[in-house]
Amino acid sequence: MRSLRRVRPRAEPLVLLGPGLAYLLVFMVVPLGLILSYTIFQRGRFGGIVYEATAENFTRVADPLYVDVLVHSVQVAALTTVAALLLGYPTAYVIAKLPPKWKTLALIAVVLPFWTNFLIRTYAWIVLLNSQGVVNSALGDLGLIDKPLELLYTDGAVITGLLYAYLPLMILPLYSAIERLDPQLGEASANLGAGPVRTFVSVTLPLTLPGVLTGCVFVFVPSLGNFVVPELLGGGQSAMVGTLIRDQFLKARDWPFGSVLVLCVVAVLVVLLMAQAWASRRYSGEGDRA
Amino acid sequence: MRSRLAFAPFWLTYLFLYAPIAVLVVMSFNAADTPYTWGGFTTSWYGELARDEKIREGLVNTLIVAAGSTVLATVLGTLLAVGIARHTRSKALGALATLPAILPDLVLAIGLLAFYSAVKATLGLHSILAAHTVFGMAFVATVVRTRLSHADTSLEEASRDLGAGAFTTFVRVTLPGLMPGIVAGALLAFTLSIDEFVIAFFTAGPKDPTLPIVIYSMVRFGVTPEINALATVLLVVSFTAVVAVQRVTRLTDALR
Amino acid sequence: MLRLSAVTITAALALFSAAACGGGSADGPAAPDALDANADLSKQTLTLSNWAGYMPEDLPAKFKDKTGAEVTVTEHATNEEIIAKLTAGGDSGVDVAFVSGQFAQALAEQGLLEPIHADLVPNLKNLYPEATKLAYDPGNKISVPYTWGTTGLCYRKDLTGYEPDSWNDLLQPKPELKKKITMLGTERWMLLPAQKSLGFSANTQDEGELAKAKELLVKAKPNLLAFDDTTFGDRLKSGEAALVEAWDGWCPTTEKNIAFTVPKEGSDLWVDTMVILKSSKNKEAAHALIDYILDPEVHAWAAQNIMYKVPNKAAMESLDAKLVADYPHLEMSPADLLKQESLVDLGEAAPVYTRIVTEVTAR
Repeated sequence: MRSLRRVRPRAEPLVLLGPGLAYLLVFMVVPLGLILSYTIFQRGRFGGIVYEATAENFTRVADPLYVDVLVHSVQVAALTTVAALLLGYPTAYVIAKLPPKWKTLALIAVVLPFWTNFLIRTYAWIVLLNSQGVVNSALGDLGLIDKPLELLYTDGAVITGLLYAYLPLMILPLYSAIERLDPQLGEASANLGAGPVRTFVSVTLPLTLPGVLTGCVFVFVPSLGNFVVPELLGGGQSAMVGTLIRDQFLKARDWPFGSVLVLCVVAVLVVLLMAQAWASRRYSGEGDRA
Repeated sequence: MRSRLAFAPFWLTYLFLYAPIAVLVVMSFNAADTPYTWGGFTTSWYGELARDEKIREGLVNTLIVAAGSTVLATVLGTLLAVGIARHTRSKALGALATLPAILPDLVLAIGLLAFYSAVKATLGLHSILAAHTVFGMAFVATVVRTRLSHADTSLEEASRDLGAGAFTTFVRVTLPGLMPGIVAGALLAFTLSIDEFVIAFFTAGPKDPTLPIVIYSMVRFGVTPEINALATVLLVVSFTAVVAVQRVTRLTDALR
Repeated sequence: MLRLSAVTITAALALFSAAACGGGSADGPAAPDALDANADLSKQTLTLSNWAGYMPEDLPAKFKDKTGAEVTVTEHATNEEIIAKLTAGGDSGVDVAFVSGQFAQALAEQGLLEPIHADLVPNLKNLYPEATKLAYDPGNKISVPYTWGTTGLCYRKDLTGYEPDSWNDLLQPKPELKKKITMLGTERWMLLPAQKSLGFSANTQDEGELAKAKELLVKAKPNLLAFDDTTFGDRLKSGEAALVEAWDGWCPTTEKNIAFTVPKEGSDLWVDTMVILKSSKNKEAAHALIDYILDPEVHAWAAQNIMYKVPNKAAMESLDAKLVADYPHLEMSPADLLKQESLVDLGEAAPVYTRIVTEVTAR
């Protein structure tokens, strides 16, 4: 970007960009392209691909059954994201206002659970929410309920599991954004007569919006494609597109149909990212930074 | 002023994050077979854990994959980041480099499964390693690019003006300046690889499972108290590692 | 710059394809190898895939002691899982797989299996005559049976309050049992109860019949706790479930209050078999392993430890009388077993079954 140099070696861009781009091409672009191409073919009798073009997979996915699953998945992911935001924003705010020593400790404490294995953490919720689990036992012992609540194998359990998995991913970008806020802006707003709510809505929130959007994307995207949590905590009752995709590839061996489902998820993703970019540009005025 | 109201969610978050972990830790010392009754204090599950060959095998495989993919990802990602920052204005290339980090892991996993199947590759640790490098690289590139955007290029210009070649400048001037970003990115890639389940699940061969895959089989078949012991051990190890890393690199500063 | 990048990219692709394809197996029909009966087995290694807990844990060690060949065991939870791995293209790395008979048939039709060289498996003589005439592989040409049995209702006598005797007890349960029922979640066994209760064959390829079976399953789903292939035994023991669909060996009748019954509409005859992959580079060791498993003492382990019937006459006759008394289903004679309908490959209708499963579970 600096054209002050007189001699720019021609090999430099190749050496820098070549290996990385080549790798991504082979291991990401080509695989995704393959998936895209499978959408128009058919499943063979034993699984596998029969290379005869058909639109059948697309008409099949338009069936209300599958649309429902997709919509339901988006709903669950969205609810998880909202919950993460409601819990995460205040938490990030408080952390940002802590004295430095506590700040570091608080951040580590947020990230630490993230470092224990995701599967085990999800399994812990089975123990908690089971009909003989900790929560039900506690509620029963306290005399608040007389028969166990059906906590597990519900959408609520899945949302809890997803929230648990991805909450740190919401808190960290939010913290980053809030931390960068100039405290003088808040003071100025107060000096001009705005109450705390007004200051928050008109000053703090818009300025931290990029962080909010990043956090939302970081929670929504993995939640949408997750299949482990719906399987373990949803018990197959909570139909999510992630488990459906996994089943098409590993059980039903219907790769073309599975590929169409993957395409749907990617489509939702693209829409989301475009919305994020638009909102980010509109509200922060600075242009978006990833 | 605001803070008063915000404190409730703050404590709720930490309670939420640590309640299940507390359960796991407590259960790891529970002598009873099921988590729903207390059978007395014992450390026998830790003993069983130490003797469990599958877990040991999984751990070794996980470390191999994580180390290998991190090295590869760091090299490729750093080069890519510098290349994108210096030699192109294309937003497309920037997006491409970041894409693996944003794509749902399931999508990447399925794509790679299809790819390996199409080229009739034999699956094994190498296929997982290659897969992990893809997203590792994206994270390294993102972190290094952020670092680059704050970097001062005048040192490099000075180096070139004084006659140093491109390669020398890169190694002696650019890289050291980027080092905190590179280390942070590498750590991130390593961490993500260690716990990564979905991509490993789809790209693993029949023989060498990584630790998350081993755990998945254990969890799927029902309750095994050993798992609680494993969780506790992982927690302690992670805590030590994070604290150590923080001391050495002031990791949390990378969040600014 | 674009041109140079294009060159790099093409080079990278070429390099990678060469590496990957070089590692993959050569395609094309190979002439059936004559196997060497005197091959040095200590130079061979085997990778074997089986259900968890389905064979003795010390089997690899004992086999190694006997022959010197190293055995690595890997697990799969369902037939579909291992089939997916074996058919994904390229060398799966598996030498011997345990799959249900109808899947062995399908694998053979895809040309993926090595024929069983009977001269290398002398212990085949231990099998019941009935076990050599099974519908999915008469003569045991491409598979060797490991266990066999039937599917039925496994239930808590104290929780159900009555003795269920029909598949409809599962599909249209009494109100107090709702949400305490589980069904098997994999293709053949999810449809089995519906097919049998409607009087259809378990191997039907008739689209009309399958549509009706699917309807019945869709109606049954809201009453289920879950589709469960792996933890239904634990669920019965803990009381989370009261009545489940189960393979006879998996029903934990060791518990005093748990019983098993074959519904009056009839059930299936399933056989779990051992197959050798054509891509295996250790075929002699694979045959030796199968022969070793067919040894009456080794084979009886399955009956003694996991309560599965084995088609091994010598093994079954060596069982302790008390064991058989405790687990009545072990007593079922091959003749009785063969009264149930043998599961075979579904041919062109296979994709229809998988689609039904997807559509029932996706609700």
